[in-house]
Amino acid sequence: MILHPAISSLPAWRYRPGLPVALSLVLFVLLLGLAFFPGLFTSLDPLLADPTQTLRAPSAQHWFGTDHLGRDLYARCVYGAALSLQATAIAVVIALLAGTLLGGIAGWFGGAADRVLAVLVEVLMAIPALLLAMAIVTALGFGTLEIAIAVGLSSVAVFARLARGEVLRWRSRVFVEAAQVVGVGSWTNLCRHVLPHAAGPLLALAALEFASAVLAVSALSFLGFGAPPPQPEWGLLIAEGRNYMVAAWWYTTLPGLVVAGVVLATQQLGRGLQRLQGEHP
Amino acid sequence: MHTSAFWRLAQALLVLWAAFSLSFAILYALPGDPVGILLAQGGEPGTADPAQVAELRARYHLDGSLWQQYGGALWRLLHLDLGVSLQTGKPVAAALAAALPATLALAFAALLIAVPLGIGVALAAHQVRRRPLQAALHNAPALVVSLPTFWVGLLLLQLFSFRLHWLPAMGDHGLASLVLPAVTLALPCAAMIAQVLGRSIASVSQQPFVQALRSKGVGRWSLLWRHILHNASIPLLSLTGTLLGNLLAGAVVTETVFSRDGVGRLAQAAVASQDIAVVQGVVLLAAALYVLTNLLTDLLYPLLDPRIRQGSRP
Repeated sequence: MILHPAISSLPAWRYRPGLPVALSLVLFVLLLGLAFFPGLFTSLDPLLADPTQTLRAPSAQHWFGTDHLGRDLYARCVYGAALSLQATAIAVVIALLAGTLLGGIAGWFGGAADRVLAVLVEVLMAIPALLLAMAIVTALGFGTLEIAIAVGLSSVAVFARLARGEVLRWRSRVFVEAAQVVGVGSWTNLCRHVLPHAAGPLLALAALEFASAVLAVSALSFLGFGAPPPQPEWGLLIAEGRNYMVAAWWYTTLPGLVVAGVVLATQQLGRGLQRLQGEHP
Repeated sequence: MHTSAFWRLAQALLVLWAAFSLSFAILYALPGDPVGILLAQGGEPGTADPAQVAELRARYHLDGSLWQQYGGALWRLLHLDLGVSLQTGKPVAAALAAALPATLALAFAALLIAVPLGIGVALAAHQVRRRPLQAALHNAPALVVSLPTFWVGLLLLQLFSFRLHWLPAMGDHGLASLVLPAVTLALPCAAMIAQVLGRSIASVSQQPFVQALRSKGVGRWSLLWRHILHNASIPLLSLTGTLLGNLLAGAVVTETVFSRDGVGRLAQAAVASQDIAVVQGVVLLAAALYVLTNLLTDLLYPLLDPRIRQGSRP
């Protein structure tokens, strides 16, 4: 293709993940811990209000300070991780499965299916993901699961495109044709012989998409389409702090820093995985 | 040339039609009754009489089978009629037109910041040779992309409005109140431009002609300006459509954070009140913007890149 000039043959060097990827991996494991065992990371109750402790600055007792009702913000961030990361994980799984299915069918069967997918992908590219997710949320209603589904459906296109490309790359290989000649059915051939080869790049993309899904989920939650108020969803947490920006800088700043850290770590992980696949980022 | 332009136009119309169908399928075919929502908001639920419901359905074109609704909506769209807002009862097209100038001003201001900033960072990352600075310039775009836009907006507000009192915090009062929203909106776009251009510069500068020029003794700056940048800037053109879409989506968050009126705020309020006609209007506006921009850039490519003009289209 003319628009993207081919890179002249680079010396083949093995990519070895560096310190940032290792740190990101540690942070990611820590996050999974937060999401599944929040009780291990804080002994405080995220929903318990304490009228004597409202809007306290960060201290040894309240690491992230307290909010306008005297709830501990660190505990709310930790328990919010469960909600926000589960929503993100659901979104990524939906996008991965739907995208692989659509892209796999289009790449494998070609013809009309491929042309329909081309139009669908073009449309999904044409509508900004956030707006599409907002449209889906309008139809589904508000809540954590609803925004997870909306974010997942709105990021199907990238997965479909990658899956289609990978299937096209592998379907003409000798072993796939051999299986076809021997009489293996189309679907079996696709699922057993082609898709396993596409799994690596797709999973690397999933890790990268995890980062943008965290952003999308928290943005929708910030706009007020997620779980209702007492819940400590990350976006909602930051939105609640908006009214106390003069009195309590930590209220919006520290939870936002957590979100940014998560996004950065998963992004690094995704990049590392992609390079391990031998792709150019 | 003319036939290819014709096909490109047909394809653009096809994508627009598909965008309309997709948004219609999402918003109208899914369970959830807009008239029911409207009546539930208006008074006590369960008290609406059937005649009133039927009249409301007729007014908002929600009567008849789904296919009739779809056909009617498509026919009205061809006349640039986007339907009637369920909340205000006014035409959606008028509401969009009223909200558009504020968003356009914001997006234009953001572009004025994002384009020079993005290009500047990409060029600097290519030219700077001091290790720590170069690493910082290389990694800055990825870092900025991973920051939640709404959080950046709130941080800027906190610092420049509440702490330093340099700029007004909320609302829309002239140029000063445009600065913080524009910067908030510009940062992710600048990062995107810097990433794409940086990658493109890196791949162009590995081409043989660059090595040939370098070995002939062309200086670093003139090599970049006169030879690399020319070739490397072409992928930026194909980014325009996505960039404008991102600006519109970013406007939803930015206008909410800074309490500015505009298309983004309209969209946020419409989703919050489940006003499906307005939501569809905003979605269609975004899709039309993207399709038109891509159509324009595709027609511009041959003018900017002689290789496409002469050879077959890729």
